[in-house]
Amino acid sequence: MDQNTTGKRILSLVLLVVGVALLGASLALDFMGSSASYRGPMLIVGAVALLMGLYFYPTLTKHKSIINFLFLFPLLFTFAVTVIIPLVLGIFYSFTDWTGIKYTEFVGLANYIAMFKETSFLWSLIITILFVVFNMIFVNVVGFCLALLCTSRLKGVGFFRAAYFLPNLIGGIVLGYIWQFVFNNVLVQVTGTSLLSKTPTAFAAIIVVYIWQYAGYIMLIYVNGLVTVPGDVLEAAAIDGANAVTTLFRIKLPMIASTITICTFLTLTSAFKQFDVNMALTNGTGSVQFMGNYLTNGTQMLALNIYNTAISKNSYALGQAKAVLFFIILACVSLIQVRMSNSKEVEM
Amino acid sequence: MKTKMKTSHLILIMAVAIVVAAYTLMPFFLVVINVFKNANGIVANPVGFAGMSVSQLMTNLSNVISNSNFSFWSAFGTSAVVTILSLVLLAVFGGMAAWVICRNKTRWSSAIYMVFIASMIIPFQVVMLPLISTFRDVGKFVGLSMLQSIPGIVFAYCGFGGAMTVFILTGMIKTIPYDLEEAASIDGCSYEGIYFHIIFPLLRPSIVTVTILNGMWIWNDYLLPSLMLGQSGKVKTLPVAVQAFVGSYVKQWDLILTAALLAMIPMIIIFLIAQKQIMSGMVEGAVK
Repeated sequence: MDQNTTGKRILSLVLLVVGVALLGASLALDFMGSSASYRGPMLIVGAVALLMGLYFYPTLTKHKSIINFLFLFPLLFTFAVTVIIPLVLGIFYSFTDWTGIKYTEFVGLANYIAMFKETSFLWSLIITILFVVFNMIFVNVVGFCLALLCTSRLKGVGFFRAAYFLPNLIGGIVLGYIWQFVFNNVLVQVTGTSLLSKTPTAFAAIIVVYIWQYAGYIMLIYVNGLVTVPGDVLEAAAIDGANAVTTLFRIKLPMIASTITICTFLTLTSAFKQFDVNMALTNGTGSVQFMGNYLTNGTQMLALNIYNTAISKNSYALGQAKAVLFFIILACVSLIQVRMSNSKEVEM
Repeated sequence: MKTKMKTSHLILIMAVAIVVAAYTLMPFFLVVINVFKNANGIVANPVGFAGMSVSQLMTNLSNVISNSNFSFWSAFGTSAVVTILSLVLLAVFGGMAAWVICRNKTRWSSAIYMVFIASMIIPFQVVMLPLISTFRDVGKFVGLSMLQSIPGIVFAYCGFGGAMTVFILTGMIKTIPYDLEEAASIDGCSYEGIYFHIIFPLLRPSIVTVTILNGMWIWNDYLLPSLMLGQSGKVKTLPVAVQAFVGSYVKQWDLILTAALLAMIPMIIIFLIAQKQIMSGMVEGAVK
């Protein structure tokens, strides 16, 4: 027992010293501007040694805190580097003339003013809102109807559920190209010219593909809600002479109110962030006359607009400012949603 | 009441279900029949069965697989490695973090939890541009390549998937009685041992759920790998490879549809094997 503790203490001390030494050395090399290729591995080995040294540190009182720290560290570290730091930097960069690599001066609200003067951005904003509204309605209605279908006395329900859900498994890029083929080479035989060649029909096409992709998922959530409606309540309603329509509107819908909130929220946020299908299906193209300007981004939704501003047009600061606005809109909508669902739950 | 339902009703419901299923599966059907045709055959006759032959399928497959813009096997390997590594690390680290957050009712643990939850509304678009520059700078500073590398992408997925993973696993840990941990502690189990021997095994159903949710997202994700790896880089995931491939062969539908089929097959096979778990996992993730 005693020997064990001594062994552990020595191990821990050695690891701690080695860890600190390696970390210090590699950081010192970094600050001196060295480009030696062993810096990276040295840093990692040093960090691991340090963490292991902490783990083996023989203490009874602090052991719990050390474990707590070690357990939280990996996720918090990756989370901070990938989400928190970029978010803070991003908000800061949106007030500068950032080029994606460096910034030279603080420009205040110039990027935000510039983006509202850009007609193509306003157009993207408007059609994104339209897209969200259409999808919220259609995806939920279609998904709910499919859920009713799948909870009725249908034979082979398992097959139908799986079939309706299938599109949700495939990534938007692949789906977008498949549908591009369907619109340009198959449906064109019915429609004459491709639906993707005109802005309004191309916009409708994106909505159709999106419903096709998403309704099956929403259906699953509604099915999950509908099966929780107790059978005896439905039976009582039937005895009281309620027909199918009354049962639907007076019993089923109110009883799955929370499911409806979840589905509305899901469709809203995911439609708002829509990028892959938009990119693969039309890549945002389409001519349109808007506010006295001729625009070529007729079907470009906000997410794609942000991407193109930064990556294709190389205006990182402007793209970042648009992204910050995008975030603010999404955050406000989410807060309203949470408020609404909370107040509804109180009523029940 | 249900037995009274008329046969005509049942037939009507069945007919609607079949029509919707036909519509849902139509694009997949079109892909499958057209990969058996050559480019001219697809354009001339995209719907019918004419011009289909197995040898043409083999030609299409070998053309796509050997294509240097697509490099299917390398892209498939990259996607598989990235997805599996991210899922394993998220499950392990997510469970550890969730347990610490859940069992320590201190101010900082609830603050961390609140930050995780709040971060779930952050859209990728607002962090993507600074993310690339941060990764570039960090990579340069420590002398490790964070962009254009698999470890870099896995690191990013651990960061982005962390919040949802912790959220779902915390919900599960709350339902595990604390007495269990106290009993283990009295029996001489070490503090970290409690997690690995008691909690982690009990978390399994929830870990399946988060793995499915994260897996669907990571496997199909396009934007993050395309920004981090670049369109012309050597390392590509499947969605990035499809995009790069289509960009270089506009309207070559024999190649594009074959590439699409190859990209879809792994997911469809997994779905056929674990259909029930995937569908219930997706629902659980949304409802929580």
